[in-house]
Amino acid sequence: MDLQILLLLGQDGLTNGAIYALLALALVLVFAVTRVIFIPQGEFVAYGALTLAALQAGKVPATIWLAVALGAVVFVIDAAIALRARAWRRLPGLAALTLGVPLAVAALIHGLDAATLALPLQILLALAVVAPLGPLIYRLAFQPLASAPVLVLLIVSVATHMTLMGLGLVFFGAEGFRTPAFSDGSLELGPATLQYQSLWIVGVSLVLIVALYLFFGRTLTGKALRATAMNRTGARLMGISTTLAGKLSFFVAALMGAFSGVLVSPVTTLYYDSGFLIGLKGFVGAIIGGLISYPVAALGAVLVGLLESFSSFYASSFKEVIVFTLIIPVLLWRSLTTRHVEEEE
Amino acid sequence: MRRLTLLAATLAALGANLAHADINVGVSLSATGPAASLGIPEKNTFALLPTTIAGQKVNYIVLDDATDPTAATKNVKKLTSENKVDVIVGSTTTPNSLAMADVAAETETPMISMAGSAIVVEPMDAKRYWVFKTPQNDAHMATAIVEHMTTHGVKTVAFIGFADAYGEGWWKEFAKIAEARKLKIVASERYQRNDTSVTGQALKILAAKPDAVLVGAAGTPAVLPQKTLKEKGYKGLVYQTHGVANQDFLRVGGKDVEGAYLPVGPVVVANQLPNDNPVKKAALEYVKKYEAAHGAGSVSAFGAHAWDASILLQHAVPLALKKGQPGTKEFRKALRDALEGTTNVVGSHGIYNMTPQDHMGFDQRARVMVRIENGTWKLQK
Amino acid sequence: MRRHLPVALFVALLASGPLWLPEFGVTLLNYIGLYAMVALGLVLLTGVGGMTSFGQAAFVGLGAYTTAYLTTAHELSPWLTLVIGWIITGGFALLLGAITLRLSGHFLPLGTLAWGISLYFLFGNLDDLGGHTGLTGIPPLSLGSLELKSGESLYFLIWLIVLAFVLVTRNLLDSRTGRAIRALKGGVVMAESMGVNTTRVKMVVFLIAALMAATSGWLYAHLQRFVNPTPFALNMGIEYLFMAVVGGVAHVWGAIVGAGLITVLKQWLQDLLPQLLGSDGNFEIIVFGLLMIFMLQRARDGIWPLVLKLFHGLGAAPRARVLPEAEPLERRPARKAGEVLLDARQVTRRFGGLVANKDMSLSVAAGEILALIGPNGAGKSTFFNQISGVDTPTSGEISFLGERVDGAESRRIARAGMSRTFQHVRLLPTMTVRENVALGAHLRGHGGYLAAALRLERNEEARLLREAQRALERVGLADYADQPAGSLALGQQRILEIARALCADPCLLLLDEPAAGLRYLEKQALAELLKSLKGEGLGILLVEHDMDFVMGLADRVVVMEFGEKIAEGLPAEIQTNPAVIEAYLGGVE
Repeated sequence: MDLQILLLLGQDGLTNGAIYALLALALVLVFAVTRVIFIPQGEFVAYGALTLAALQAGKVPATIWLAVALGAVVFVIDAAIALRARAWRRLPGLAALTLGVPLAVAALIHGLDAATLALPLQILLALAVVAPLGPLIYRLAFQPLASAPVLVLLIVSVATHMTLMGLGLVFFGAEGFRTPAFSDGSLELGPATLQYQSLWIVGVSLVLIVALYLFFGRTLTGKALRATAMNRTGARLMGISTTLAGKLSFFVAALMGAFSGVLVSPVTTLYYDSGFLIGLKGFVGAIIGGLISYPVAALGAVLVGLLESFSSFYASSFKEVIVFTLIIPVLLWRSLTTRHVEEEE
Repeated sequence: MRRLTLLAATLAALGANLAHADINVGVSLSATGPAASLGIPEKNTFALLPTTIAGQKVNYIVLDDATDPTAATKNVKKLTSENKVDVIVGSTTTPNSLAMADVAAETETPMISMAGSAIVVEPMDAKRYWVFKTPQNDAHMATAIVEHMTTHGVKTVAFIGFADAYGEGWWKEFAKIAEARKLKIVASERYQRNDTSVTGQALKILAAKPDAVLVGAAGTPAVLPQKTLKEKGYKGLVYQTHGVANQDFLRVGGKDVEGAYLPVGPVVVANQLPNDNPVKKAALEYVKKYEAAHGAGSVSAFGAHAWDASILLQHAVPLALKKGQPGTKEFRKALRDALEGTTNVVGSHGIYNMTPQDHMGFDQRARVMVRIENGTWKLQK
Repeated sequence: MRRHLPVALFVALLASGPLWLPEFGVTLLNYIGLYAMVALGLVLLTGVGGMTSFGQAAFVGLGAYTTAYLTTAHELSPWLTLVIGWIITGGFALLLGAITLRLSGHFLPLGTLAWGISLYFLFGNLDDLGGHTGLTGIPPLSLGSLELKSGESLYFLIWLIVLAFVLVTRNLLDSRTGRAIRALKGGVVMAESMGVNTTRVKMVVFLIAALMAATSGWLYAHLQRFVNPTPFALNMGIEYLFMAVVGGVAHVWGAIVGAGLITVLKQWLQDLLPQLLGSDGNFEIIVFGLLMIFMLQRARDGIWPLVLKLFHGLGAAPRARVLPEAEPLERRPARKAGEVLLDARQVTRRFGGLVANKDMSLSVAAGEILALIGPNGAGKSTFFNQISGVDTPTSGEISFLGERVDGAESRRIARAGMSRTFQHVRLLPTMTVRENVALGAHLRGHGGYLAAALRLERNEEARLLREAQRALERVGLADYADQPAGSLALGQQRILEIARALCADPCLLLLDEPAAGLRYLEKQALAELLKSLKGEGLGILLVEHDMDFVMGLADRVVVMEFGEKIAEGLPAEIQTNPAVIEAYLGGVE
């Protein structure tokens, strides 16, 4: 192996690892706040990319109708609850969030000729379609189970993944899509060639990670989320709504998932069912971080990316075997070095 | 009251009669799961098939097996025991078809597979006695590729394919034939249908400096290796398999797949066939039907395999009807015999001539080489 | 015999199945049986033992591939390959278990996920195993000259095995070892303190679940007579978990209900949806997912508890279990009053820079009650953990009955005769009060897993339950013996822990705030109990906040503050000790 191959493999591993890292962070966030192991995270990756592809093809992405439909269901349920409690004043806000937002985005898509918009605007539009799905799904699938054991939440999470994947097949068909790169071409750096899109992926991931760090460290909402993650009951006593925290974490997760999809779809082809495997590798990274530590999760995800890249060079047919077998010693090490606090469930 | 009873009795009798007279075709295909891009056009095709054969009504009972052999077996057991089907069509993939063959043989029901690998019908034994298949064997197509390579001066070749039954089938056939024709295989790599990157594999191939690369993959996922190779500066020939022959591959591949060679069934380039090609008429008929229902350019090679299964039945059923009533054991046996006796039947992919030893029945006329030029398939002479 | 009626009815329905079911019904039941075996293993592993596994499908694959390969390539008898399959699967399970069962928390599910995926790709990459395409031509099973070729003939074998597994699992859970398995869910610390070797128990449960899965795989191979890697992939591993959770992951019958429900539901959707929504979409998986979400929102413990509720609604009141007469268990020789039981010297425990215990020394003698008091956060519970082997001191010496025990495993200390309760109650809320208490007698029985599964240890079991009953009578909870422990008031749960500790026949009792949450009369009863135990020669070390309770009861008192001993003496001396008054009242003045 010469230096050039080493560099190229490293670049490839880092690029994939950056995507896994984004997903890992979202998974850690969702787990910390809601105890949900968020398997459908991968579906948001696929939805984000395929929605963008549909917009670019001048089609109305079916995901927007999903958002509208889910919004309507949430509105009906929550409005009924509000009416029973005679809390009339809650209705306008509720309607604006659950009906207004998806419909406004739908109107935008109809009003604008999305295919001719500049790429950044198309991306914004795609994110506006997919991100609201997060809190809506939280409200419908997970909020009623907020106090259930982790195992039940996990199974519901798997069921949600199945539903979303099935919908993905209906919405986008079995074939894949690719979207154009943010900027074409590559950069010569000594012996290595850097694809601009790879730079975009790594750069944007870094920016997002820093943004998240600031969000949690500096903003009130971020601090509230962190408080919920540390101690649910305590947070509730402090007047932080765990429901709101749950919705918020799902929103961030959906946004990051969709953005990962948008980032990665120029370098590869994405399918309705691509998300699961990508999400799984993010999940591995997240677990290496013990589902608690953000920096370790991100590092773990990068490790997975590198491992994958190098094993696909050396023994491609055993790639998954290598990646997942090598994870076990890492897990063992993590398990033995993490001070294990017994859960009281 | 009496009249009502009478009416009911008549209806029941009529119903029973009709049910007996109908020919039931049980279908299990992979409309979801990893092989969905192959299974969906197959499923679409069943809606276009004739609903009567030789004056008998034909019912198609189409079930999805999600690319899972267990589900495929369950489906066949259901079709044979509940629906009392006279013939089974399916499934899309080789493992599913192999799993189904046991049930077909046990219940003595003829089965027409739409899977690529020759092991579905070879070597002939008591079980495969009941099994036929419509698509060209992978070996058939691999030979075409190897021939094309040798005539174009290729000496060394690399292979990159799916880490599943499709890639494995191709690798085995291709390696065997390439060796026989003195082609040197310098690298053999695998990747997952859903992988987001094949950079590692591409670098390994580049390091081996092959004259040509064969991508053993189906559908749009076959774009990624070719794209990556091109990106990393590979200048040699690239071959794809007939598994990529649909419009989506061209759409996703775009400029990156220009210049690739692949063998396909004639149906894919029906318009470009010379008028004296015996398959042209049958192929065009299918293309027209399918595109009328699903839009221009929507046709793919896979749906045509289902269409050909129906063509085989249209020839075999009239013969079988002479020997037995649909729904009976005699009819199924007669249908099997009639299928085995298929001679010079023109399908959309080629001309079928079955024998007791050959339950696929295609010859050289069932494949043509095409090259991707300007985003379309260009027939090579 | 009324309680056996539903089971008898179920077996009768099953046995007559092929007579009245359509052929495809039998086919479906075959698959349900195969899935139920795997789900049953998961009930034991996940529902009872609390270990989540995504990797069961890989064990099914090991069983299936072993027989598929050996019967086709080497033409071995399928009955022989079943045994070989068990050996291979067992070997793999022990190896994987040795690595992954050490993983704690969320690392374990990921560990199982990792080897589940790895084994799947290994099957696909081995040419001898047919690669991704698979192995075909597997012979059918035969019994003598009878060939089990059709689905109907395999039906009886499959369900016979399922019912045997159910029986064995139920027997196992209703035994000494079963309580040890169930104790895993109450936490490793508690189980180890009761003398349970949790590593070993985890391993055995993992092994049993793997062997059940391998049996299912063996049958699958001979039913299907074709194997390829697809049915052993991760998504199937997840689906097995799905079945167990939907059926009721904590219940043996839940496995069968879950396997049945999911299989039938999928079949039903496949028939129904094309009629409702047209045949050009693929809506099955969407509707299936939605139904599962909805179902778990309505019944998060699964279907089986709902079925049980329905039955109870029909009139069967919870019965008090009739215990057979049995001899009492052997007791350890009583200690002479005044003999030093526990001697701790200069025990220090640091967590990083924090010193939780500093140079703590105390000793407890037989027939003595020593109270350890101090303000909140003084390090009393930490000190308890050092003594009982839950934690290891940074420096210092602890001897129990003359032997060094600092850093020893807590189950070794428990075996030597030290028994404890916990500040935060640790018991198994769904188990009955008596079973919880019987867990304390774990080390006084010897019956193994096999004996339990085959009910060969009933005599010993009766003695253990009698012992538990006696302990309950002693602490005054006998009336609640057959109720779930979770239904007791918190104070009563503390008393239950004392009964559990007594059940171990200890010579030293460590009680962590036993009187918290008790009413006045209950406190008095507790004081009487402790006094009479002391009279029998037990040494008692207790941590308590209620000063009236302590001062009236203790022979000596040790006071801690900031991890250090600040005073020691008779209750009357302590009450007038200025340092103690300062520690307790300093903040108030």
